[in-house]
Amino acid sequence: MAIDLDKALGTYANALTLRSERAGVLANNIANADTPGYKARDLNFHEVLKSRMGESSGSLELSQTRSGHSMSLLQPDAINGMQYRIAAQPSIDGNTVDAQVEKTEFSQNALQFQTAFTMLNSRINGIRTAIRGE
Amino acid sequence: MSLMNIFDIAGSGMSAQSVRLNTTASNIANAESISSNTDETYRSRQPIFAARFQDAMGGGGFGGMQGVVQAGQGVEVKGIVESDAALKMRYEPSHPYANEDGYVAYPNVNIVEEMTNMISASRSFQTNVDVMNSAKDMMKQVLSLGQ
Repeated sequence: MAIDLDKALGTYANALTLRSERAGVLANNIANADTPGYKARDLNFHEVLKSRMGESSGSLELSQTRSGHSMSLLQPDAINGMQYRIAAQPSIDGNTVDAQVEKTEFSQNALQFQTAFTMLNSRINGIRTAIRGE
Repeated sequence: MSLMNIFDIAGSGMSAQSVRLNTTASNIANAESISSNTDETYRSRQPIFAARFQDAMGGGGFGGMQGVVQAGQGVEVKGIVESDAALKMRYEPSHPYANEDGYVAYPNVNIVEEMTNMISASRSFQTNVDVMNSAKDMMKQVLSLGQ
């Protein structure tokens, strides 16, 4: 029986990468909390993770009927699973960043990053134990 | 690596907020600065923030970087503008800089506005520092993977 490393590590390797990418998106929202006209963005974690794992994401996608149609030009953000946040209280200068919401999301994301890390770490330790056979 | 990106983003936020804090300090310091010429009287200065976007040619976007989340590049200060609000005219006939009617032109600095600006800027600065600290912790954690 061969050990497939990709399968053995499960979704956690992908989840860890995606969590760190989402942290970047949220950090960008926080940095732009005072920028007029800036629209807060976020990504749908589950959908993006699903599509990275090779499952269909279930979101509406434009069909490419010709080879010249470039998805990155048609949907520069949507292709990466990025979406705009719907603000409860958009400010008068057009900024939709709610600093409290972004801070909460950021710390939650950091915690989930830690969770994914712990799970990945235990998988690696598990494989190591299996290799050593002790 | 996108965790490295967070340092740039939070750093840009910190630098933008410190520019804002600088203009606030300058405005408060010069709130009573008068000049013999009204054209040269100090006017309230405000920074203009703008979101920094990915470089279309280099940073990706067109085809090359598909499937990678583009977080953005943080914030930048586009420039500093002077307020065109009317100067505050005070009646001080004995003042050497008073005009024919006895008025002296004081800067259009609103102290209350500047104080709230200061608090908002320092809070935003703190938040960016927190973000950077979290990113640092996350990165340290990744380094210990498999140990």
